[in-house]
Amino acid sequence: MKILLNMFWTFFKIGSFTFGGGYAMIPLIETEVVAKKKWISKEDFLDIIVISQTFPGAFVVNSSMFIGYRIGGLLGAIIGLLGVILPSFFIILCIAVFFIKFRDYHYVNLIFEGISAAVPVLILIAVVSLSKSLKKSYVNLIIILVSIASILFLKVHPVIIILLSGLYGVIFLRKKVK
Amino acid sequence: MSILIEIFISFFKIGAFSFGGGYAMLPVIQREIVENHKWITSKQFIDIIGISQMTPGPIAINSATFVGFKVSGILGSMAATLGVISFSFILVSIANHYILKFKESSIMKAALAGMRPAMIGLIISVFLSLGRESYKDIKSIVIGIIILGLLLTNKLHPILVIMISGVLGIIFYSLIPI
Repeated sequence: MKILLNMFWTFFKIGSFTFGGGYAMIPLIETEVVAKKKWISKEDFLDIIVISQTFPGAFVVNSSMFIGYRIGGLLGAIIGLLGVILPSFFIILCIAVFFIKFRDYHYVNLIFEGISAAVPVLILIAVVSLSKSLKKSYVNLIIILVSIASILFLKVHPVIIILLSGLYGVIFLRKKVK
Repeated sequence: MSILIEIFISFFKIGAFSFGGGYAMLPVIQREIVENHKWITSKQFIDIIGISQMTPGPIAINSATFVGFKVSGILGSMAATLGVISFSFILVSIANHYILKFKESSIMKAALAGMRPAMIGLIISVFLSLGRESYKDIKSIVIGIIILGLLLTNKLHPILVIMISGVLGIIFYSLIPI
């Protein structure tokens, strides 16, 4: 029981201090869970990271549950998950309450005009850094273009595009990955 | 009651079909929440992304909490947050027993080889549609270019980028008369 409480607190810290989400959390999780507390080995941690990345959903949600399972079974997974999501849940709840009240104030409006000009740039930078992990090939380029076109012009639901591209991979790219 | 179920189902889809976490979740969020259900406007969607960059935790949890609250109060934010983590919970619980097999599975690798470029295409489409919303006047374009320049020359933390862009918003929209 003591280890579970300790674990909750550790994941609560991880959830409270990682801005930018996802991969920004890896170093902090490593320090806390592997180096300091020695709850899991470095090899296990790497396996968990790789698999959490390949799974759908938020990276830190997946990895906190995997680590929780290792430490304390199903209960451990639930506690790890709660620890990591509760800080953002409460912070956003507070912001939402005030935000709805203050959003239309003149200066708040101006601040968000500025922020809304920065958001697409942040997304563009993310696209560039994510693309670096991609092999430069015609197949990849065509998949990128086809998915842009089908979402913008044909209004296909993104879920369909993800399912079809996964299916394409399984049928046509199996030899390549082997 | 039915609205809570709708929120849950929408965020369940978001959790189940966004590979890569973080920005990769934006395409499905945009389609489900902004375009299909019209629970928030494009402008509010950009606000949420901006706020998520300044607050800790994964963007999926942040936007689930925020949108849920906006649509249906605290119960709404609970329904949305539960929705977005449910699929991960089921999948991790199953995978925990077969963790090594998943990593080595050639089918999973092939599916991901197809999905990765599609995901990048989807994020580019979010960039394009948010860009259309954000860059409506010269001032916002100038702010965007300044932010891009800052990001390309310095490794700025996203929190700092958002704060700078807020200040630029005030400067450009209230102090510079054009």
